[in-house]
Amino acid sequence: MNEEVVKVKNLSRDFGNFRAVDNISFAVKTTEIFGFLGPNGAGKTTTINILCTLLLPTSGEATVNGFNVVTSPDEVRKSIGIIFQDPSLDERLTAYENLNFHGMIYHIPRKTRKERMKEVLDMVGLYSKKDSIVRTFSGGMRRRLEIARGLMHHPKILFLDEPTIGLDPQTRQYIWDYLLNLSKEEGITMFLTTHYMDEAEICQRVAIIDYGKIIALDSPRQLKNEFSLGSLNEVFLRLTNHGIREEKASFKEHLGHLVRSRRLR
Amino acid sequence: MDFDAIRMIWLRDLIRHFRDRTRLLGSISRPILWLLIMGTGLRAVFNVHGISYTHFIFPGIIAMNLIFAAMQSTISIIWDREFGFLREILVAPIPRTSIVLGKTLSGSTVAFIEGLFVLAFAPFIKISIPLPHLFLLLPLMFFVAFVCTSLGIAIAARMTSFEGFGVISNFVIMPMFFLSGAMFPIDNLPYFINIAVRLNPLTYGVDFLRRFTLGIKVFPLYIDFLCLTTFALVMLSIGVFEFNKRT
Repeated sequence: MNEEVVKVKNLSRDFGNFRAVDNISFAVKTTEIFGFLGPNGAGKTTTINILCTLLLPTSGEATVNGFNVVTSPDEVRKSIGIIFQDPSLDERLTAYENLNFHGMIYHIPRKTRKERMKEVLDMVGLYSKKDSIVRTFSGGMRRRLEIARGLMHHPKILFLDEPTIGLDPQTRQYIWDYLLNLSKEEGITMFLTTHYMDEAEICQRVAIIDYGKIIALDSPRQLKNEFSLGSLNEVFLRLTNHGIREEKASFKEHLGHLVRSRRLR
Repeated sequence: MDFDAIRMIWLRDLIRHFRDRTRLLGSISRPILWLLIMGTGLRAVFNVHGISYTHFIFPGIIAMNLIFAAMQSTISIIWDREFGFLREILVAPIPRTSIVLGKTLSGSTVAFIEGLFVLAFAPFIKISIPLPHLFLLLPLMFFVAFVCTSLGIAIAARMTSFEGFGVISNFVIMPMFFLSGAMFPIDNLPYFINIAVRLNPLTYGVDFLRRFTLGIKVFPLYIDFLCLTTFALVMLSIGVFEFNKRT
């Protein structure tokens, strides 16, 4: 199978006069685990937001599961599942209610919904906690619940925006084992961003994006060979080596309009 | 129209509302404060067209609880944006009209229930509403709640901060309330205030409620209905427009 489920062609996105995504093109193949790497503010989240129909591109074209993200957003929305960078659970509801409501808005019939909820809760090991309010959950548990929720409606493509950020090594390991298994068993295509290069090594292919442009796109092994470096981490630093950077304020403000992110106080 | 989505949004907001007990306190303390203290205190001074002041403001206080609760419940939109849940809804395959309608219905339901708290005071201040009027009053209260919520939605859909919403809603709620004829009769006002009163949608809501609680009115029924419906439609369109944006 070599079908391309995500196709991006000459995609750009401006925020005022700041170009967050600059003329990028790439394709993700069916059942592939595709890593999207880059420093903070490089344009990763903007790209994901365009692909999952939250943002409009300034120019260029993108299709997900064969549907154009601009002209058929509803079809795209039906095909994808998303784990956001910032938590998006309703903390005042129970785990069960969160999943149940998700099932409702994706039109899963009541009976199937019940079975599916049990299935995904078992998968992430939260079935015993199903009636607890999410506010009482730890960060790792919330992440697992979000993954369970993202999978409930059998998406073709799963977008994961830094899925393991802020989690302890055990939980990270657990989530990764689980995701790899999922990719193998259910053949779900995964598009993920991460800052952990050891995680990126797991991907079949990675794209490295910096200042809105894709500066490398290949399998981790090929990239290491190309630069004769031992790890993807070194490749990443070599390619994007210009010190620590600030995210552009204007860019953040614009994102803030769409979704105010919650940070630790 | 996506009824599953509307039901989900409605149900979720109601569950959240009733898990938060402190909000009940506000909705009960407001009528006590106004009706029993203000109303009783001013009764000695005012007497409107032969009706005691407490009776006169009764429908106004219902309207007050409706608009306060309606505005307060639309804060949930800002809350959802702040805490990420709005994204979960926005990436789901739901038409934006259904999101707005779901939110409006949940806000109206909450406001309607808080309006009922005021209505429950009727026997205590010796207002007796004939049964046929009561049957008309209840759906009308819901309708007025719906109109108030639609205003809240139109404001909240544009807002990104709680503070901003607080300022705007106070800036809107208080004048709307005072210029609605809730606290004083509107048939003998100076020119400019009269204009403001007639432009205020809540005026027609109060007129509605007063007709079916006390049997007095200012405008014909169809005028009330027309003004409120038009206003709600405009507000809902603004809401849908804002939700449709993918800036």
